[in-house]
Amino acid sequence: MTAQTVPGGPAAAPPAEPTARPGPPSAWSFAVRQLRFWLTDYRRTWRGSIISTVLNPLLYLGAMGLGLGTLVDKHGTASLGQVSYLIFLAPGLLAASAMGTGVGESTYPVFGSVKWNKTYQAAVSSPLRPRDLFHGHLLFVGLKLTMTSTVFLAVAVAFGAIRSPMAILALPVAVLTGLAFTAPIEAWTVTRTKDTSLAVVYRFGMIPLFLFSGTFFPVTQLPVWIRPIAYLTPLWHGVALCRALCLGIATVPSALLHVGYLLAVLAAGIIAGDRSYARRLYV
Amino acid sequence: MTTALIRARGLTKRFGNFTAVDGVDFELRRGEAFGFLGPNGAGKSSTMRMIGCVSPPTAGELSIFGLDPVADGPGIRARLGVVPQEDSLDVELTVRENLLVYGRYFGLPRSVIRERSDRLLEFVQLADRQDDRVEPLSGGLKRRLTIARSLINEPEILLLDEPTTGLDPQARHVVWDRLFRLKQQGVTLVLTTHYMDEAEQLCDRLVVMDGGRIAAEGSPRELIERYSTPEVLELRFDPAVHENAAEKLAAVPAQRREVLADRVLLYVEDGDAALAAVRELGLDPLTSLVRRSTLEDVFLRLTGRRLED
Repeated sequence: MTAQTVPGGPAAAPPAEPTARPGPPSAWSFAVRQLRFWLTDYRRTWRGSIISTVLNPLLYLGAMGLGLGTLVDKHGTASLGQVSYLIFLAPGLLAASAMGTGVGESTYPVFGSVKWNKTYQAAVSSPLRPRDLFHGHLLFVGLKLTMTSTVFLAVAVAFGAIRSPMAILALPVAVLTGLAFTAPIEAWTVTRTKDTSLAVVYRFGMIPLFLFSGTFFPVTQLPVWIRPIAYLTPLWHGVALCRALCLGIATVPSALLHVGYLLAVLAAGIIAGDRSYARRLYV
Repeated sequence: MTTALIRARGLTKRFGNFTAVDGVDFELRRGEAFGFLGPNGAGKSSTMRMIGCVSPPTAGELSIFGLDPVADGPGIRARLGVVPQEDSLDVELTVRENLLVYGRYFGLPRSVIRERSDRLLEFVQLADRQDDRVEPLSGGLKRRLTIARSLINEPEILLLDEPTTGLDPQARHVVWDRLFRLKQQGVTLVLTTHYMDEAEQLCDRLVVMDGGRIAAEGSPRELIERYSTPEVLELRFDPAVHENAAEKLAAVPAQRREVLADRVLLYVEDGDAALAAVRELGLDPLTSLVRRSTLEDVFLRLTGRRLED
């Protein structure tokens, strides 16, 4: 280590003491520093964000759940598990909107940080490492998902769309579902150099999943050969478990299966992102 | 022998088949202003990024504060300030918020950041703009904010990659003035530049880089003494006779003669005497200028090319 004093150098040097704490702080505290950045950033947009967070469930549950639901219910609800369409739909939408938030956060905000504003490049010149930026953003998305999913559940309760107190457990499941999209997509987004490729995620990824993962109708309505594809998507697991919890019919083995699958996707995304963040930012 | 603050031995950076930095050696002492002078693509920025611990060296040794940049990156970066070539401010946030966000990256408490921000905004003359959003600020103001941001952790070494590229002359002079003050305060400055006047103004010592290698090292004055003459006679001829005149000038006693596309440079001890000799040959230049040698001449001598081409 070099001595801190200036040997024979200029005397009154204000920046003599290194300002970092002695010893490297834990990885978590680094990630929390980046989380703070996103919270500062969010202060600019939270009003608009809150409005859409509340409007989104109101519009969907109103239009699809009540409006379309009246028509659906007239034709019998056997394939929905003998519940009204609103009750069938609400937990599916909870998971699907978590996916929407998760995908939204993992695309343009990340791309902007690495390409437009280059704030990621600025941040890696501080003690933070690329993976700290990644984990910090995941923490932020986790918080945001908790907020949006809580609002969603509250609106669903107000609509009379929730039957069981077990529904409270659908909250962490929705957050997990969102993060299972955020981590792997973000790992990919950070490697992109053109924003046009981000639109592909929406067009060929999110929208088909949104429509065909059991959100609006049971996957059993799909042709047999296509169903395995639905079962592979993280959204289906999120939808299935949220629905079982909101209806109060969840069983431990199936819950473990769904949660395990979502955790595996999240873990794979984190491993991939740790690498891709470093590859992009340490060149 | 004092310990070097930064020490590189055979430092190399390759991107695929391209060698950006080709085995360079240099040492930096505390309190000095050290420059990497060279044209675009000389390997200056790649060297800076390796010193900034955001680019692992391909080969060779590099130590900063006696620490290894790959293993001790966070610890080293906590003691560095970085002004990157491209502005990386958060343009959606205000001037002051940029300092707050950045100070938080270093784990500084809010009260400390507030106090330092007051001082730094005063220092870079942005106090009256502190609550403005960054986006509409001019290039010069953004640069000054970037410099303030790089000082929020009170770094021991300040790395500046092309600090005034893209700024108008007036804005450049403001930046130079601030950097000069920092140097007076004892901050170790490391900067890259392709402006010879910037290097002459700010650097105690510099290396001339070209094609990933170090071509020469020394203080601006040493380099000029070693690689150039005290004076330079610049002659401009009618393009029609330029070639012919350039050949005839071989008869004028000079240490060296450089024939550029638009001018002929004669490197001499005494420029006025050389100009008299030119006139005696019957040559009649459109313009003539006697000036001191600069780092530009050093660069031309070392590489056969001009800096800002």
